[in-house]
Amino acid sequence: MTVYFNEMYQDGLVRPPYLRLEDWMKTMPSEFRQMKQAEAEALFRRIGITFAVYGEGGDPDRLIPFDMFPRVFTGQEWARLERGIKQRARALNAFLADVYGRGEIVKAGRIPARLVYQNEAYEKAVVGFVPPKGVYSHIVGIDLVRTGPDEFFVLEDNCRTPSGVSYMLENREIMMRMFPDLFRENRIQPVDSYSDRLRRTLASVAPMKCKGDPCIVILTPGHFNSAYYEHSFLADLMGVELVEGQDLFVEGEFVYMRTTEGPRRVDVIYRRIDDAFIDPLCFRPDSMLGVPGLMDVYRSGGVSICSAPGAGVADDKAVYTFVPEMVRFYLGEEPILQNVPTWQCGKADDLKYVLEKLPELVVKEVHGSGGYGMLVGPKSTAEQIESFRVKILKDPGNYIAQPTLALSTTPTFVAEGIAPRHVDLRPYCLVGEQIDLVPGGLTRVALKEGSLVVNSSQGGGVKDTWVLAE
Amino acid sequence: MLSRTADNLYWIARYMERADIAARLLEVGSRISLLPSAHGYRSEWDSLLQASGTADGFAHKYGDPVQRNIESYLFFDRDNPSSVASCITAARENARIVRTALTSQVWDALNTAFQELRQLERTPRSELELSRLTDWVMRHAAMVRGAIDATLLRNDGYNFLNIGFYLERGDNTARLMDVKYYVLLPSVDFVGSGLDNYQWTTLLRAMGAQRAFHWAYGGEVTAAKIADFLILNPQSPRSLITCVAGVNNHLSRLAKAYGRVTRAQGKAAAILDELETTTVDAIVDEGLHEFLTRFIGESADLGTLIHESYLSGDVR
Repeated sequence: MTVYFNEMYQDGLVRPPYLRLEDWMKTMPSEFRQMKQAEAEALFRRIGITFAVYGEGGDPDRLIPFDMFPRVFTGQEWARLERGIKQRARALNAFLADVYGRGEIVKAGRIPARLVYQNEAYEKAVVGFVPPKGVYSHIVGIDLVRTGPDEFFVLEDNCRTPSGVSYMLENREIMMRMFPDLFRENRIQPVDSYSDRLRRTLASVAPMKCKGDPCIVILTPGHFNSAYYEHSFLADLMGVELVEGQDLFVEGEFVYMRTTEGPRRVDVIYRRIDDAFIDPLCFRPDSMLGVPGLMDVYRSGGVSICSAPGAGVADDKAVYTFVPEMVRFYLGEEPILQNVPTWQCGKADDLKYVLEKLPELVVKEVHGSGGYGMLVGPKSTAEQIESFRVKILKDPGNYIAQPTLALSTTPTFVAEGIAPRHVDLRPYCLVGEQIDLVPGGLTRVALKEGSLVVNSSQGGGVKDTWVLAE
Repeated sequence: MLSRTADNLYWIARYMERADIAARLLEVGSRISLLPSAHGYRSEWDSLLQASGTADGFAHKYGDPVQRNIESYLFFDRDNPSSVASCITAARENARIVRTALTSQVWDALNTAFQELRQLERTPRSELELSRLTDWVMRHAAMVRGAIDATLLRNDGYNFLNIGFYLERGDNTARLMDVKYYVLLPSVDFVGSGLDNYQWTTLLRAMGAQRAFHWAYGGEVTAAKIADFLILNPQSPRSLITCVAGVNNHLSRLAKAYGRVTRAQGKAAAILDELETTTVDAIVDEGLHEFLTRFIGESADLGTLIHESYLSGDVR
């Protein structure tokens, strides 16, 4: 049987970051706990944080479950993570600058040309164009899992528009409101500067033609999008307008938004829509979401788009395998964070191995997300495994496989009391003129006993994530 | 601010006011129906549907106007875009879109109304008294209004909200009066009769203005006094002049803040000027119905100009 690393207890002892939480946990009367849980839920509903799940129907105002038991890192643990995260974010950006430029890494034979240039996410429309400060991915969300005291693995990179940061901020607000004593007793580093830092990052990549204070906006697909709350939340915190495609138009060499006082020029667009929907003239002609002509303005330095169109080629699950190689190639350093060993079903040898070991592996679609369309071998029935085998054989190139990781657990409030549940971590690294990371991130927790799937669409919840000051 | 945001704010206010009116209309109807029947003349409930402009939609769905069905149609029916449920849902949806242009208290007021509405929809109708429903709507409309007044920044968004409120309210006062005068009364012979006076009183009651009216005028209820109260008296919170002055005030503030005057300001000032200089006698001479029809038209034109000048996104 697999032994999971418990972040609170090791060899029967409480690990240092959780020392002060033990008392808190043990002395909390269960009625008090239920009262606080209800209070938290009321707060979330009141603020309006909800998460609508694609394709599931039901209540669009569903709440994502919030677990009050915090997840804690020591300053020392975090310092190492921070170095690793920043290193990876730098390498990913260097890779993007390279593949839309001279393609040195391909020429050097360190990554197959096919994976890059024939990738669906590779945008030919931006080849040769260098965005301001050479940055392509301005917000890099790196999904991490832990398997031991010093063992962290990167599960995947998100270079386009990683979501969830509003939960990081709101979880903290709610914890501080409900348990002020915890924050007096523990020295917890604040995360609330995230929005200022994001604003600074976006302003630092204002386009060439922008003089003076750049006008920043967030571009959302609209209020039916499941992350709409987050878009409006960030716009509010940064004090910038939240626009839809219909609010923007191109005239001459600039982009403008339609305001009650007439057109106003926009310099930086933090877009939360996919590449395909940015500009119907350049990408999908049937898209109602985008702004016709936007890409021309972008390529002539009239506006910055964050993340840059085409940034998705770096976070593809097949390209993922080569990120450690990128770190060595561009930075001349050894990667601080490890990749999970990954088998490409598109390769004959790998496929053979994967099909043999299917009951032990996790298999994912290359372009899938949100925990859909994946197989967790050890948690599946023989039937499920066999039907997945058929799917893989139909289109092997569409799948990758990884060993089932022994994800760490942290104590979590459940119906019966407190029990260990599996967690992951998504920190949000900001890349502009400088590279920046707030001490914290979003911890997702698989609330079902034994489950390893933390996605909110599959019954996952969230926790406040603490980094202690040294 | 973004034109789309201004548009959303404007419609939040219009929808909340419209829900409030729908509830008041229901109250008028239920009170009038307590009167001995108007002897085979046109049904009072039917005239309510006429007033709210939903008669066709209702006839299509339900046929004969039966009180219970009318209550459902005006309160709960999502097929009726002017029902209380439709209006509150639309107001809350608009608020969700511009969540960041509102304070948490305003959002809270709108969201609470919506969440409670969903509970009401799940409650068996036999447990819901009509008076409880109408009270509920008026209470929430007042809460939204109060939250806006107490917490919102006095910026352009505040002006757009208020323009929406006043425009909708003026339009509805005119419509309610028109129903009474033109539709409700079975024939001209009844003018000045007990039935006539009872209907006027009911109308005042629905507008929450019965006592205010007596304080202001005293004595008998007459059509002329009521017309003065609901059209020309600037003390009356629902009079046409109060509403037009409200729109005019907030349009002037916008013009000042933006340093730009549009055709909307000119139109509002012209309507206000007419109301300030006319008399009840002049209105009666023109014919109350004719006057009100003209006002409703002018008010709609003003709405169009506001849309073109600020909300459409084609401002240059």
